[in-house]
Amino acid sequence: MISTRVSRLIGIFALIALVIFVGIFPVGIAPNDAVNTIAVFTLIGAIAVVGWNIFSGYTGYISLGHAVFYGFGAYTFGLACLYWHIPGGWEPFLLLPITGLVAGAFAFPLGWISLRTQRHTFIVISIAWVFIFQLLAYNLKGFTGGSSGVFMPLTPWVAPYADLPFYYIAFIILLIAVFVSWWIRHSKFGLGLLAIRDDEDRALGLGVKTNAFKLTAYVISAFFVAMAGAIFAYYVGSVYPEQGFNPAVDLTIVLMGFLGGVGTVAGPLVGALFVTPFQQWLDLQFGGQGVNLVIYGALFLVIILLLPRGIVPSLQEKWRNWKEARQTRLADRTRNLNKEPSSALAERGGEG
Amino acid sequence: MLGCRDTKKGRSVITTLILQGVVLGILSGGVYALMASGLTLVFGVLEIINIAQGILVILGAYLSYWLEQRFHIDLFLGLFITIPIMFALGVFIEWAFIRRLKWDRITLSILVTFAIAVIIEGALTYFFTGNLVILQTRYTQQSVYVPFINYYMPLIYIYAFILSVVLLLVLYFIVYRTSFGRCLRASMQNRTAASLIGINVPQVQAITFGLGTALAAAGGMVFGATNAFNPASSYDLISRLLVIIVLGGMGSLWGALAGSLLMIVISDVVVLAFNPLWSSTVFFIFLVVLLVFRPQGLFGKLEGRKQ
Amino acid sequence: MMLLEVQAVSKAFGGIQALSTCSIAVEQGTITGLIGPNGSGKTTLFNVITGYEKVDSGTILLNGKSITNSKPDVVFSLGIGRTFQLTRIFPHLTVLENMHIAARREHLNELFSRWSSTHEQRQALELLDLVNLLSHKDDLAGNLSYGQKKLLEFALILVARPQMILLDEPAGGVNPTMINEIRRYIRTLNQQKGITFLVVEHNMEFVMKLCDTVNVLHRGTTIAGGPPSVVRTNPAVLDAYLGA
Repeated sequence: MISTRVSRLIGIFALIALVIFVGIFPVGIAPNDAVNTIAVFTLIGAIAVVGWNIFSGYTGYISLGHAVFYGFGAYTFGLACLYWHIPGGWEPFLLLPITGLVAGAFAFPLGWISLRTQRHTFIVISIAWVFIFQLLAYNLKGFTGGSSGVFMPLTPWVAPYADLPFYYIAFIILLIAVFVSWWIRHSKFGLGLLAIRDDEDRALGLGVKTNAFKLTAYVISAFFVAMAGAIFAYYVGSVYPEQGFNPAVDLTIVLMGFLGGVGTVAGPLVGALFVTPFQQWLDLQFGGQGVNLVIYGALFLVIILLLPRGIVPSLQEKWRNWKEARQTRLADRTRNLNKEPSSALAERGGEG
Repeated sequence: MLGCRDTKKGRSVITTLILQGVVLGILSGGVYALMASGLTLVFGVLEIINIAQGILVILGAYLSYWLEQRFHIDLFLGLFITIPIMFALGVFIEWAFIRRLKWDRITLSILVTFAIAVIIEGALTYFFTGNLVILQTRYTQQSVYVPFINYYMPLIYIYAFILSVVLLLVLYFIVYRTSFGRCLRASMQNRTAASLIGINVPQVQAITFGLGTALAAAGGMVFGATNAFNPASSYDLISRLLVIIVLGGMGSLWGALAGSLLMIVISDVVVLAFNPLWSSTVFFIFLVVLLVFRPQGLFGKLEGRKQ
Repeated sequence: MMLLEVQAVSKAFGGIQALSTCSIAVEQGTITGLIGPNGSGKTTLFNVITGYEKVDSGTILLNGKSITNSKPDVVFSLGIGRTFQLTRIFPHLTVLENMHIAARREHLNELFSRWSSTHEQRQALELLDLVNLLSHKDDLAGNLSYGQKKLLEFALILVARPQMILLDEPAGGVNPTMINEIRRYIRTLNQQKGITFLVVEHNMEFVMKLCDTVNVLHRGTTIAGGPPSVVRTNPAVLDAYLGA
C-alpha cells in the first residue's frame, strides 16, 4: 500500500526531474532552432494560461479579454524601450516586472467595471475591452505608432543561441507564476475563490468578501499575462494593434486552460504543452489555406466533448475512483476474513 | 459615403451629417437586429452563448454569393434556399454538439461553438479564399436621393431594411402568436416547469437554434450586400453582436432590437459626422458606460449570482 | 432580551407583496419557530434579515443595532448564520475545505497563509465529529448524501461561532431517524452554547416538540405568536392553513 507520504515524495521528485529536464532542454536534449522556437512559444503561452487560470480558473468567471493585458504588456515594453532608449540584449528583461505592474494598474478599473456584471455578461464585456484597446492603439497614432506599431530593440545574439535568453527568462517567469498559482490554491484566498466558483452568493453569506477577492485575482492574473505579452513582443520583434490586442490569443488561452483543466495548478501547463506545438505544426503544414483551421477546430471539438473537464481533472477523477475502488476491495477482503457483519457497509453508504 | 452636398436649407453641416447617420444607422440597425435576435433567442432558450453566430452569418453571405455567382439566382429569391439549409444546419449542430453539454453549459458552449466557428471559417477560407467580396445585383447598384437629409441612399440599404423588418415581424409573430412560440417562451422562463407541463423541451431547443441560424442566413445576405466581407470578418461581427445583446439584455428580443438600433445609429453618426476611426471605439465605450450603471443591460433582469 | 427584532418590514416583488409590515421578535437563547402556509413569506423574511434582499420599508435590529439592508457578509460576521431550503454547500470542494471557508478571517495576512493551521483544523474536525462526518473529511462535498449535506451545512454555520442561526426547513426531505438527530443537535447547541435559533418548518410535530415559541406568518404578516400549545389551537392559525 502506498502511503500519502511516499506518494508525496515521489511527486516532489518527479517535479524536480521535470524542472531539470526543461532547464537543459534547449542545450542538452534538443538543440534545434525550430524546436527551440516552438519551445519559447510554449513557455510564453504557459505563462499566459497560468496567469489567466489564477482568475478565470479559480473564480469561474471566464475572461475572454485577457488579451488586453497581453497587449498592455507588449506595448509598455516596446514604448519603454523606445522612450528610455534601452538597447537590445539582457537589459530590457528588467522591464518585465514593470510591464506587469502597469497592466495590474489598468486591471483595477477594468476589473471593477467588469465584475459588477453577471457571469455571462462578464464574458462579453471582457471581449469588449480587447476591441476598445485595439482601436485605441490604432487611433492614438502619436503615442502608440498606430497601425505600424512599435519596434522592439534588436538583440545582439546570433543563432543558434539567439533563442536561449528568451527561453530561460520565460522559464523563470513561468516558475514564478506556477509557484504563485500553487500558493494561492492552497491558501484561504484560493479557497475563497473556489467557493465563489461553486456558489458565489453562498460564499458571500458565509463571510467571503467576494468583490475584493475577485478583483485581487483579476489583478494578479493581469500581472502575469502582461509579462507573457511583453516577452512575446520582444521575441518576435514588434507589436502592432492586431497582434497585441488579438482576440485569437484569448481564445487560444481559454482553449489551453480548458484542455488541461481549469482551476488546477498543473492543468494550464498541460494545456499549453499540447496546444502550442500542435498549433505551430499545423500552421507549418497547412497554413494559410484554411485546412489548418478545420483540423484545429475539429480536434478541439472532439476533445472538449470527450473531456469536458479537461485532462488533469479527468485524470484526477480516475485516480480518485481507482483509490476508492481499491479501498472497497481491501475492506471487503478484510471483512470476509474477519466475518464482520455488514455494519461497516452501512456506515459508508447509507446515511441520511 | 456617397453624395454629401452642401445644404441649401440653412442647417449646419454637422446637423445634416448627424441626421444622415441616424437614418443610415436605422437602416443598417435593422440588419444587425436580425442577426442579434438569433443570438439572444438562443441564449434565452438554451442558455448558451453561440460564438459561431458571426461565422454563420458569413456562411449565409457566402451561400447567397455562391448561388448568385454560380447559378445566377437572385439574392432575395436565393433566401428561399439558404434559409432552409441553414435552419437544418442549426438543428444538426444543436442535436450533435450542444445537446450533450450538461455541466457548466455556458462556458462549454463558448468553447464548442468557437471550435465549430473555426471549422466553418477554415472551410470557407479553403473554398473562397480570404479575398474580400460583396454581394451585388443589378437593381441594388442604384441610389436614390433623399432630400431631407441630403444624401444619396443606395437602394440596397432600403431593400435590406425592408427585408429585415419583414423577417423580424415574422419572428415576432412566431414567438408571440403561435403555439410553438408559447412553448419557446415557456422554456425560456422555466425549463423544468415547461417539461413538466408536457413541452418537448429538447425539440424546442433544437428548433430555436435552427431559427437562430436561419436568421443568420437572412442576416448574412443583407450584411453581405451592404458590407465587403471575407471569412475573417466574423470576429468583428460576433463582437458587435455580443455587445448588442448585452446592451439590450441577454435573452430579450426587444433588447436585441433596441440595442442594434442604438449601437448602429451611434456608430454611423460618429462615422459620418465626426471621425470614422472612432466609430467602433465609441460603440464599445458606450457599452461599458451603460454596464457600469445598469449591469443587466436595457431590458435584462437582475438576478442573483448562484452559478 | 430581544436578540433580533424585525419591525414592520415590507417587501414586494413586482405585483406580489411578499412581506407586509411584518414584525417578529426573537428572544436571546430561545428556539423560536416560524410557520405558515406556502407563500406566506417565510423565506423572504430570512432573505431580508440576512441581506440577500433589500427591504422596501421597516427596520431590522440585532442587539438593538440596525442591520437593515446590510450585505450578507456583514450580517454573517455580526453573528447570524443561515441555512437554505435546498442545501447549499460547495460541491467541488472537500468537506474539510468547506469548513475552512466559513472560518473567521481576522487579519489580512491570514488570507495568504495555508488554511490548515492547527487551531482552525482542530475546530473544524471537532465540528465534523459532532455531526458524524469526520470520516468523510477528504471526500468531495458533492458526493455526500442529501442528509449528510444538510449536516455539513449545519457544521459550516457553526464554525463561525454565531450567536443566532436561521434554519430554513431543516427537516425537509430527511428520514425520521435523522429528523430526531437534527432536533437533538439543535437542542444541544442551544443549551450548551447558548445559540439562538429561528426555525422555519412545515413539519408540525418537529416544530411543536422543539420550539419554545412559535410565530405564524400568513400573507406576509404575523397573525399569531406564543408557546406551541397556544398557537396550535388558535382559530386564526387554523383558518390560515385550511383556508389558504
